[in-house]
Amino acid sequence: MASHATHVHTPPSGFIRKYVFSLDHKVIGKQYYFLALFSVFLGMFLSVLMRFHMTYPDAKVSWFESLWPVGAPGGVMTPELYLSLMTMHGTIMVFFVLTTAPQAGFGNFFLPIQIGAEDMAFPVLNMLSFWTTFLALLVMCAAFFVEGGAPLGGWTAYAPLSALGESAGPGQGMGMNLWILSIALFCGASLMGAINFIATTIDLRVPGMTLMRMPLTCWAWFVTAILSLLGFAVLLSAGILLLMDRTAGSSFFLPAGLVVNDQILDHRGGSPLLWQHLFWFFGHPEVYIAILPGMGLASNVLSVFARKPIFGYKAMVYAILAIGFLGFVVWGHHMFISGMNPYTSIAFSIMTMAIGVPSAIKTFNWVGTLWGAQIRLTTAMLFALGFVSLFVSGGISGIFLGQPGLDLYLHDTYFVVGHFHMIMGVAAIFGMFSGTFFWFPKMFGRMMNETLGKIHFYLTFIGVYAIFTPMHVLGIVGNPRRYADYKTFEFMGQLLNVHTFMTHAAIFTAVVQVLFVINLFWSMKKGAKAPDNPWEATSLEWSIPSPPPFDNFGGKHLTVQHGPYEYAVPGKEKDHVMQVDPA
Amino acid sequence: MASDAKTATSLWSGGGSPYAIGSKKFGMWLFIVSDMLTFTALLVAYTYLRMSTATWPTPFAFSPSIIFSTVMTLVLLSSSLTMVMAVHSMSHGDRGKTVKWILATMVFGSAFVILHMMEWMHLIRDEKVTPFSNPWGEPLFGATFFGITGLHMTHVTIGVIYLGIIAAGVGRGKFTYEDVEVSGLYWHFVDLVWMFVFPLIYLMSVKM
Repeated sequence: MASHATHVHTPPSGFIRKYVFSLDHKVIGKQYYFLALFSVFLGMFLSVLMRFHMTYPDAKVSWFESLWPVGAPGGVMTPELYLSLMTMHGTIMVFFVLTTAPQAGFGNFFLPIQIGAEDMAFPVLNMLSFWTTFLALLVMCAAFFVEGGAPLGGWTAYAPLSALGESAGPGQGMGMNLWILSIALFCGASLMGAINFIATTIDLRVPGMTLMRMPLTCWAWFVTAILSLLGFAVLLSAGILLLMDRTAGSSFFLPAGLVVNDQILDHRGGSPLLWQHLFWFFGHPEVYIAILPGMGLASNVLSVFARKPIFGYKAMVYAILAIGFLGFVVWGHHMFISGMNPYTSIAFSIMTMAIGVPSAIKTFNWVGTLWGAQIRLTTAMLFALGFVSLFVSGGISGIFLGQPGLDLYLHDTYFVVGHFHMIMGVAAIFGMFSGTFFWFPKMFGRMMNETLGKIHFYLTFIGVYAIFTPMHVLGIVGNPRRYADYKTFEFMGQLLNVHTFMTHAAIFTAVVQVLFVINLFWSMKKGAKAPDNPWEATSLEWSIPSPPPFDNFGGKHLTVQHGPYEYAVPGKEKDHVMQVDPA
Repeated sequence: MASDAKTATSLWSGGGSPYAIGSKKFGMWLFIVSDMLTFTALLVAYTYLRMSTATWPTPFAFSPSIIFSTVMTLVLLSSSLTMVMAVHSMSHGDRGKTVKWILATMVFGSAFVILHMMEWMHLIRDEKVTPFSNPWGEPLFGATFFGITGLHMTHVTIGVIYLGIIAAGVGRGKFTYEDVEVSGLYWHFVDLVWMFVFPLIYLMSVKM
């Protein structure tokens, strides 16, 4: 079975085995990367449509009608269509982009190489994991095309709305069933991936690669895998119960006395809060599943281009572990306004504040790494710096929301939208951009265009701040979220101008991403040939050819003698010591 | 893989598995941790709903319900014993005996599923229990019962198929001791889950 495959040293021949049902972690990593790339553009397209509708709710767009004959009669978007776009935007971005690219994409490609392994511990499981994710994406996209269209309940699928079925609105019928099925498949795929990542990290390190010599990227992937292992298991349970409510007539999440369409429902005994508990027990660790790989990557990139050891390596490791642990005990802070005992709120609030400590340790260590450094401002470095900036901006608003008193006011406003887009959305995306520019030479054997990359960085950086900063202000003023149309509300007044500004910023930022796509695909074909170690970095992937051979190390038996961040070591000729250099 | 642990200074410094077990066995342990949480979530949901319902029914009579489910429990426990014997035989390299013990385990496992189905049929046909209604009031009684025992039964069924694959492989000289042991881990885990389901779902529902 699985473990035999790691002993095979000859690459497979034939297109199917090589590129489609490949067992090679590098091919699977690229497959995940491109799946996420497709998903991110789909998700971004949906968000631009949403922003467009916010500003021009009455606009008649003919191709809206051809895409959604029911959702946009006469080319005017209905509120239901807007909500389904919102739901699918959130779901696709959270699951198929933020969970997929940094962990399953880059992690698959680079975790085995960075610890000196020839492949993951279970190559067959790895392949199954990717194709299950692929199937999950297909099922999710199918929700657009069934009767009633995509679900409306947001990516959190709050009950009772999600448990009611078609009577709750178009999209809550078949579309919602497909949504649950897709998420259940995704849970299975994540479970397979998590087992693989943990077993690989524990078992397949080469001699000398102690845990404390692993690059911080590996630590981040390892802890993220543990979070996936524990979190998605609970989401699966929640999904099973929700599906039972919808198809078997049970009432897990449906309380007595619900009135839908002027009719009292026959259900009783259930609790919508139960869904929130189960969902957020997964949902909060999910936030760290999205951001931890970015943290590991930013640490790595900052150290490489600051030409200094990462400041406080051990503290960074313990901070990752602390964030991973605390991530499991704070889910209640998503539920302050759900009718929770105030004492429980206080407990969750204190734990939430506690996450600020390891997060601040990481931030200060990043700044400490940059302090007095000879910084090389490559595109990868710029995006890593952007990551730190966005992480701080989004993290500070998290401290606001962690206070039950403030959250009561801010929770259903744009403040929350601004907060999680800054930290979980754009910061994680900047981590991916940084990873792309940093690792592209190793993945594809060619360099990306730095000039184009830098233009892309500056425009994107300005763009995302222009989109998401005003949301915080809007939230404080009291602009509610999830509404499809604000034009009819008198209290919105001058705020509509801010929405218009954000819409234009969003369209601008979306268009700028074309630069990235051009850079990516042009460089794949025409970029300058990449040397083995273009960034003069020290970890194992830079000691092998670009792109790496099929079994990564050409059958060589390595031993690791050094830590991952030995830059500017006093008394050495070169300014960096590779991990595989002799002691 | 890289098995030359000569340069390794400690179990954790690379070049081998620090737990001194194969990756497959480690992987199964990780799966068990994850699956344990899936069941825990269901049992917590059951507890949460039961605690918040003042009139939760306790309809199971000692005879026949509890006697029947005790027999099911004994059948499943016996299957764990035969699984231990299978792993034991495999550790001596006796493939013939291993296959026989695995087949015995599969017989007990299938018997459990059949008994369980009989119980379900009885509840659905004679007692009119469904996920959405039952004669004793609280509709969630049936929903939690079928949801939790259903997921467990799915695990047992998958386990029987899994053991079938292992038995066939062992018979043809294909699988190693580790493969049998790993399948045993899964089987014992499924058995252990029942040891939580039985008291929480059955014994706590005895008619007072």
